[in-house]
Amino acid sequence: MIRFEAVGLRYPGGGPLRGAWGPEALTDITFALPRGSFTWLLGASGAGKSSVLRLMHLALRPTRGEVEVLGLRLARAPRDALPPVRRRIGVVFQDFRLLPYLSVFDNVALPLRLAGRAEASLRADVSEMLRWVGLEAKAQSSPLELSGGEQQRIAIARAVVHRPELLVADEPTGNLDTRQARRLLALLREMNRLGTTVVVASHDEELVARFPAPSLFLHEGRLHDPDNARGLDAWPEDDGALE
Amino acid sequence: MARRARYSRDPLGLRRALAGWLLPGLVAAMALLAALAVAGAQGAAALAERWQRGAAAAVTVQLPDSDAARVERAIAALRRMPEVSEASAMDQERLAELLRPWLGGSAGLPLPAVIEVRLRDTSVDPVLIGDRLAASVPGAVIEAHGLWVQRLAALARSLQGLSWVILALVAAVAAAVVAVATRAGLAARRDAVEVLHGLGAEDRYIAGRFARRLGLLAAGGALAGTIAAVPALALLADLAAPWIGAGTGGMAQSWALLPWPALAAVPPFAFLVGWGTAQATVRRWLRRLP
Repeated sequence: MIRFEAVGLRYPGGGPLRGAWGPEALTDITFALPRGSFTWLLGASGAGKSSVLRLMHLALRPTRGEVEVLGLRLARAPRDALPPVRRRIGVVFQDFRLLPYLSVFDNVALPLRLAGRAEASLRADVSEMLRWVGLEAKAQSSPLELSGGEQQRIAIARAVVHRPELLVADEPTGNLDTRQARRLLALLREMNRLGTTVVVASHDEELVARFPAPSLFLHEGRLHDPDNARGLDAWPEDDGALE
Repeated sequence: MARRARYSRDPLGLRRALAGWLLPGLVAAMALLAALAVAGAQGAAALAERWQRGAAAAVTVQLPDSDAARVERAIAALRRMPEVSEASAMDQERLAELLRPWLGGSAGLPLPAVIEVRLRDTSVDPVLIGDRLAASVPGAVIEAHGLWVQRLAALARSLQGLSWVILALVAAVAAAVVAVATRAGLAARRDAVEVLHGLGAEDRYIAGRFARRLGLLAAGGALAGTIAAVPALALLADLAAPWIGAGTGGMAQSWALLPWPALAAVPPFAFLVGWGTAQATVRRWLRRLP
């Protein structure tokens, strides 16, 4: 499903050495997540959580090593092989990334329209998704009119409306109060129960304690892996080979 | 419902990001230039053809520093010659009008009086006629049209070539303007482009949205510019009508002389320039995303 193998990542550096590469943001990351799993990605801010997630949803390519997501080997895949795989992944960002000039309905409908779904058939799906996140009444509102929690739920609805095989969330609770955060996690667990592989980055220890699940710990760009368990505590069997 | 249908065709909000009159206005100005260049090319081609075809049997007599009396004397002398079928003075205004494209509108430039002569028999050596004419009207210079026609036709052809160069230049500038507008649109919708890219939109999808929008803007501007060029072209056609053998038939006829197919091609051509430039610009920009 997801496999990282000795992954190193550098960002292009700026400053006086234009064109040079910055220091390694990730070093020797190796792990595998099985299909249908729910995984916490933990670590302090700046530990590399976002970089790992961006590799997972194909927003970056590894500088070295190999990343395999939904059967796609990212290091050497041709560029036009990426969009179809991206359409099988849902992403929730901390800053939502809703399009302010589209209505809530159109924001949620985006993945379906990109997948080429007919207008008549996507309407029911979008409405159902809005009902699921409890914002059916706001379908024609602008995202700017909604509260932070409501915007986050719209972001979730957009991430899952096309029933992705992988759902990646980067600090999804960062802008939410405790009650909304719990509600959001319940939504994510529900998605996972329906078969979606879910990876959530968070530094909210209380939330993690409330929803216990296997965790990857990142520390300064490396997997914190004292027992050599590839950063995973208590994984039964790796079925990533099925993909 | 209308709102939804509209937005589904415009997921990047380009109607608002690429709005305003600057791009259509610039394209309109360039379409006006393009229309003039197209008409100029066609007009020059018509003139070249007319001169080469119609003037073959004609000879001109030039009388430098002449007054009306000398011109009359020369015409009378020419008409008395048996080999001359027709001799008439070319109107000075028409001559000036004819030469205006090459000499400019300066009124002070002294023009020679020109008498158009048609020969009954083209094999007659015009030099002999010239010698006899010079005896009665000193200073008269006869010229077989061959040389004149060659020069004028060459001039007309180079004007035609120049018009095509201008057209190419106008298209290149239009492409540059569209490229700048596309980059402005990309800057304004950078977040949206990145979100759509992240959701799995292919390059051709995003580039297609920009290309359609910019193609339509360019075509709209070009339509306005071409329409604005029509009255000026009709006026020019009216002035040029006598010289391309169409006679003066009023505005209705000069209307018919306009190069309508070429003019009609300007807006679709502008659409293609806008569409292609936007496609190339957006695709190149998208290469920076993985």
